[in-house]
Amino acid sequence: MKKIPRQHMPEQDPKERIHNFEEVALGFTAELAQLEAERCLNCPRPFCVEGCPVNIKIPNFIQLIKAGKFKEAVMKIKEDNFLPAICGRVCPQESQCEAKCVVGIKGEPVAIGRLERFVADWEYEHGVEVPELPPPNGHRVAIVGSGPAGISCSVDLAKMGYEVTIFEALHEPGGVLTYGIPPFRLPRKVLKNELEFVQKLGVKIVTDAVVGYLYTIDDLFKEGYEAVFIAVGAGTPRFMGIEGENLIGVYSASEFLTRINLMHAHEFPEYDTPIQLGKRVIVVGGGNVAMDAARTALRIGAGEVVVVYRRSRKEMPARLEEIGHAEEEGVKFEFLVNPVRFIGDENGWLRGVELIKMELGEPDESGRRRPVPIEGSNFIMDIDNAIIAIGQASQPIVAQTTPGLELNKRGYVIADEETGQTTREGVFAGGDIVTGAATVISAMGAGRKAAKAIHEYITKKN
Amino acid sequence: MYKILEKRVLSSDIKWFNIYAPQVAKKAKAGQFVVLRIHEKGERIPLTIADYDREKGTILIVFQEIGKTTKLLGTLEEGDEILDFVGPLGIPFKLEENVENVVLIGGGVGIPAIYPKAKELYKEGKKRIISIVGARNKDLLIMREEMETSSHELLIATDDGSEGTKGFVTTVLQNLIDEGRDLDVVIAVGPTIMMKMVAKTTRPYNIPTLVSLNPIMVDGTGMCGSCRVTVGGQVKFACVDGPIFDGHEVDFDELMRRNKMYVDKERVSLELWEKEVQR
Ligand SMILES: Cc1cc2nc3c(=O)[nH]c(=O)nc-3n(C[C@H](O)[C@H](O)[C@H](O)COP(=O)(O)OP(=O)(O)OC[C@H]3O[C@@H](n4cnc5c(N)ncnc54)[C@H](O)[C@@H]3O)c2cc1C
Ligand SMILES: Cc1cc2nc3c(=O)[nH]c(=O)nc-3n(C[C@H](O)[C@H](O)[C@H](O)COP(=O)(O)OP(=O)(O)OC[C@H]3O[C@@H](n4cnc5c(N)ncnc54)[C@H](O)[C@@H]3O)c2cc1C
Ligand code: SF4
Ligand code: SF4
Ligand code: FES
Repeated sequence: MKKIPRQHMPEQDPKERIHNFEEVALGFTAELAQLEAERCLNCPRPFCVEGCPVNIKIPNFIQLIKAGKFKEAVMKIKEDNFLPAICGRVCPQESQCEAKCVVGIKGEPVAIGRLERFVADWEYEHGVEVPELPPPNGHRVAIVGSGPAGISCSVDLAKMGYEVTIFEALHEPGGVLTYGIPPFRLPRKVLKNELEFVQKLGVKIVTDAVVGYLYTIDDLFKEGYEAVFIAVGAGTPRFMGIEGENLIGVYSASEFLTRINLMHAHEFPEYDTPIQLGKRVIVVGGGNVAMDAARTALRIGAGEVVVVYRRSRKEMPARLEEIGHAEEEGVKFEFLVNPVRFIGDENGWLRGVELIKMELGEPDESGRRRPVPIEGSNFIMDIDNAIIAIGQASQPIVAQTTPGLELNKRGYVIADEETGQTTREGVFAGGDIVTGAATVISAMGAGRKAAKAIHEYITKKN
Repeated sequence: MYKILEKRVLSSDIKWFNIYAPQVAKKAKAGQFVVLRIHEKGERIPLTIADYDREKGTILIVFQEIGKTTKLLGTLEEGDEILDFVGPLGIPFKLEENVENVVLIGGGVGIPAIYPKAKELYKEGKKRIISIVGARNKDLLIMREEMETSSHELLIATDDGSEGTKGFVTTVLQNLIDEGRDLDVVIAVGPTIMMKMVAKTTRPYNIPTLVSLNPIMVDGTGMCGSCRVTVGGQVKFACVDGPIFDGHEVDFDELMRRNKMYVDKERVSLELWEKEVQR
């Protein structure tokens, strides 16, 4: 049999795409998808499934694609994952499902994520069926936060007949999918489809509702909700704590991306929210968030964007595909350097940054080699903006206002890994607020596990 | 959607809205604020909760028209609706139990911000509530009756002397200090420069001083860091760690600089809007 190479997914030309927010990767055609599906060996013991945090039945859905049964393929995926159109786009496949694929040992792994995305998109083009719902079971559950954890929990519960209400602090639902991940990676249409689907299942989404202030968890119980799922994410931006971080022009990645993705600052003055962007921008960090910020800055008109990262390329936690896309678009990288202070002018505007060179020492707890500053190697770079993307911390509002809800040392909610059960009866938690910043698919998995546990809890209680 | 039930025009550029937001009203406390967005393309802006009525389900906001969003808000009428109205946000205002002699200072739209605090403290039966309110001239003095009924003493300062003492609120405050009055705590809300001067006035006498900061905000829930301020050498997010802080610890100069971050853009936005309105 002739060996089929891994099928490349068509993409927007980098020269074009840095001027728009349209999706970069254009998706497989049916022919490409079926050709790619041929590459799967339908392994009797599929390692790929172990690599997927929610254990999607990967060989089964791929065989259905091969047979041209796209509808059946997507239903097979949806047994384990409600958001295939999203996960197929944003999952770090190279370190999950595809990392374990046996075809990848000698060549390139089967493009599982792209296939997943293909059938999910196919389904939307052909009309998504809303599953028949059981009659309402008379029980109410409240969910706090409308990111992937909250959404997936709500869908499972709605399908079991629960009356579910999601409370969301912002004016739009979706969590990081809405305010963090840019549309050129996750088109808003895809997100809108998923959110519409959720509402078709009868899930109520209440926006502008900051739980903790507007309702406490105890208020929700008083209002008749029998269980609460906390899925507030890890939204608090971290700063470095160095001199000059409050100068005008220094943004957290969260603020930068929120101003663009949620508030449309790049469409100012049609939209009222402004953004302040100069010619030369550095982005500090090496993860997905840093890549998103850098690529967004280029698109809204920064002349030069440099990612500065304190380790080397090999240690970068961002997805390979994102790093590649950023490079194609003209983002520059400076490895093994770290800012030590920001320099401003007399009016408090950022003008430069002092950096220090680093070298890699012994591995730390994460197994990555620890960066150590090289004394005396400091140098100065003229910049107009700095975007800090060095990670997020836990969202404190709900915990502060919920007596009995215990947190771990890092400020995240303590919850059972299998059930999401917290230290408060009837209160469950999952997603980034439990694990710290992680992935869409792991948040989704946590939401589903919690739905199951909430169902058991309410059934037992009544 | 949140309906404007009552509107008053307090001065040429200060408007008073009672807004129907029953759940927010149920929870609101003095010192907290809301973030509102008027329409789909609008900005999210923070405004202090100037009063609340739990029974009627209303929240009072009083705002000065300074840029596009506040001017646009000012054009809305009774019966109109605001798209988003998020709150109550921030940590409610709280005083130590043993504090009995309180000075409340309000400048401009800081007056409505101190009003609910005065009202709460007055109701609690504090020994002496002295309110000092300041404005450029007599016509810009707002909510005078409300302040009068919730203070034991109301002192006024106007820049031109058209009412009360000629000078700033700090002139009046300094007089109180010089008279040797018992002052356990000073609470000041108003323009940043006013709060800075109040803190400067009280510092030599070690009179505890609380201020309510007004940095630029986006979400108001601790998610972006736009509102970061330096207090006691540490970075704080005013929306979740404040907005009320120890005035002697705040870096006011940094706050004033940061608040100028978007002046150019704000001008563009305002001019465009004014042209549109004229058409
Ligand atoms: C810029 C960026 C890029 C990323 N890229 C990827 C990627 O490519 N692939 C990937 O797998 N993962 C990625 N991630 C991580 C992923 O998005 C998160 O792990 C995931 O969204 C976590 O889901 P969640 O449901 O736990 O929380 P979130 O998505 O954070 O949602 C939490 C929601 O709760 C709301 N909320 C918070 N507090 C309250 C309250 N008190 N009351 C009511 N609502 C509240 C928030 O407003 C928010 O909408 C990225 C993250 C960021 C920031
Ligand atoms: C906690 C808090 C409570 C406040 N309470 C009141 C109040 O009760 N009454 C009142 O009149 N004003 C209040 N303000 C100030 C008010 O939010 C600003 O006047 C308003 O946002 C200006 O918007 P604009 O579009 O009309 O003006 P713009 O032309 O956009 O801005 C004018 C100036 O207002 C400030 N500003 C701009 N955007 C924001 C923003 N998103 N958040 C905060 N400040 C901004 C900046 O200093 C700017 O230079 C409060 C601010 C904070 C942080
Ligand atoms: S959900 Fe993510 S990890 Fe699982 S199969 Fe799909 S792309 Fe792979
Ligand atoms: S490991 Fe690879 S080849 Fe085997 S079933 Fe999974 S995707 Fe197919
Ligand atoms: S306004 Fe975003 S963190 Fe305070």
